[in-house]
Amino acid sequence: MARKITYQQAINEALDQEMSRDQNVIVMGEDVAGGAGSPGEQDAWGGVLGVTRGLYHKHPGRVIDTPISESGYVGAAIGAACCGMRPVAELMFVDFLGVCFDQIFNQAAKFRYMFGGKSETPVVIRAMYGAGFRAAAQHSQCLYNIFTHIPGLKVVVPSNPYDVKGLLIQSIRDNDPVIFLEHKALYTMEGEVPEESYAIPFGEAAVVREGHDVTIVAIGRMVQKAQEAAAELQKQGIHCEIIDPRTTSPLDTDTILESVEKTGRLIVVDESHPRCSMASDIAGLAAERAFSSLRAPVRQITGPHAPVPFSDALEELYIPSAAHIVAAAKSLKEYR
Amino acid sequence: MTKPLTREDLLKAYRTMRTIREFEERLHTDFATGEIPGFVHLYAGEEASATGVCMNLTAEDHIASTHRGHGHCIAKGVDPVGMMAEIWGRKTGTCKGKGGSMHIADLSVGMLGANGIVGGGGPLVCGTALAAKLRGQPHVSVCFFGDGASNQGTIFEAMNLASVWNLPVIFLAENNGYAEATSSKFSVACDNIADRASAFGMPGITVDGFDFFAVYEAAGAAIERARKGGGPSLVEVKLSRYYGHFEGDQQTYRAPGEVQNIRDTKDCLLQFARRVTTGGQLTQVELDSIDAEVKALIDGSVVKAKSDPKPSEADLLTDVYVSY
Repeated sequence: MARKITYQQAINEALDQEMSRDQNVIVMGEDVAGGAGSPGEQDAWGGVLGVTRGLYHKHPGRVIDTPISESGYVGAAIGAACCGMRPVAELMFVDFLGVCFDQIFNQAAKFRYMFGGKSETPVVIRAMYGAGFRAAAQHSQCLYNIFTHIPGLKVVVPSNPYDVKGLLIQSIRDNDPVIFLEHKALYTMEGEVPEESYAIPFGEAAVVREGHDVTIVAIGRMVQKAQEAAAELQKQGIHCEIIDPRTTSPLDTDTILESVEKTGRLIVVDESHPRCSMASDIAGLAAERAFSSLRAPVRQITGPHAPVPFSDALEELYIPSAAHIVAAAKSLKEYR
Repeated sequence: MTKPLTREDLLKAYRTMRTIREFEERLHTDFATGEIPGFVHLYAGEEASATGVCMNLTAEDHIASTHRGHGHCIAKGVDPVGMMAEIWGRKTGTCKGKGGSMHIADLSVGMLGANGIVGGGGPLVCGTALAAKLRGQPHVSVCFFGDGASNQGTIFEAMNLASVWNLPVIFLAENNGYAEATSSKFSVACDNIADRASAFGMPGITVDGFDFFAVYEAAGAAIERARKGGGPSLVEVKLSRYYGHFEGDQQTYRAPGEVQNIRDTKDCLLQFARRVTTGGQLTQVELDSIDAEVKALIDGSVVKAKSDPKPSEADLLTDVYVSY
């Protein structure tokens, strides 16, 4: 039965249900219980934003606090996965990728291929990403593009509470390394989520809204911005189709191309920097494989090629907005 | 106490060390012909370390290795015939020709892989050890790493993590004196790598890596301690490599006669043979017989590798993922 819960609660529920289903599922990271070795009780925090709170007591011994040693414990999660555990390691902020990237892209991502298909590494690395919290340049980035570039990794960017639960369950059951990225501005988003366990397959985009004038492919939190824009554009007689890829690796190219063939116009909304981004990747896809369907140039709406600024005045300018999308859609509709 | 060595153990230890030596000497010879592709880092001279450690392990125990990993593979039970095919880039290789010398792995015998990233294995063994601990299994994990890796943050993080989680891990530092061309006298800021153990709350010991028995005893004690829940240890093995950092390295950074002097006076196989024949546990005839069998095995592995097929285009995109 579905009821309304938040994105954050949906993550917690997915972890809880998978830990109950499979004893090999363990959760590790900085403060995922919180308070290990401290005078306060264990489970004091349940993660820096409380996402894993309550799991410590329900699953004794399987919610494990770590030192601030990202290479150490992310690598340990990968090693444990090599012998059949299903660890979910929390990197806290995806920006901390920089201090453990080797273990992710040279170790976990490579093992299966490098070892001739004789290994499986069913590890999930969760991290929050994205701007909007005045958290500045080292706690606000959207680094899914970097992971998406690496063969051997799967990359998940859920945009709502229903998807975040189903995609996290799929991530834990999947036998490949999965990078699971949660936009921090979505944690409080409420939505209908079934109580029972369910998995959403990777590589299946969601058509969030149907329309025949403009295709908007939006990543993660940008799906919300696209929906705001589409509602406004509807009033102006422009009917948008919104595609949420849900996973950037594997990427559901068929659904994107089918939509572009129908509308002839494409906008990609990607909060990350513009170079070598999902925006440029999907724009390239359309240029290469839907060229004859295009009635206007592809538009990429991204953050700028600059670090995320601190000041609210600047950060609001940084993040792609519904207004940007509305303006882009109108210009495409008026093209020629 | 470490398990006393039976006659069979001694025969096995000698055969393992001889197999590694023969494997590496043969690669050294064949690499010079230009037929072997890629980078090859030879373990010749260090055989007592891998063998002395792995004689204390079972197939359920895990090891992580280094870019100089052939010896660890053989000592842990990886098939040398498949390894040779792998190094020659053949489809019949341990990793179907997709890994090569630096990435030979066989998880079925607990070999987590040679590793092209210096210090890459430390975090991984914390994971295999954590899995054993959570499952209540008595298995241990060993991270082989060099004096170069001893300065990597991953090793420091892993040593701290292993202590904090009280994991059954042995950090096995093979100090062969050179990180590529840079002396460990320059790069390691303490007298012995083992001195760092106390900073991570674990015991540390330095042993003579030319002496199989010394390595066997020291590693055995650390492994026994880990199996009983006593936590991690750091064991530093001081030894020497007989060849360059990689094949083709002219070793201009080494003193004239340095390697020959070690070969003549400290060689682990010579010392082992002298001790077991003098002590009457094994005869020279038995050792000679092993030498001949090992030579035939390695000769055969090269003949096979040379004639085995290379991977084809159909193999290029397979095994990137378990599911697509």
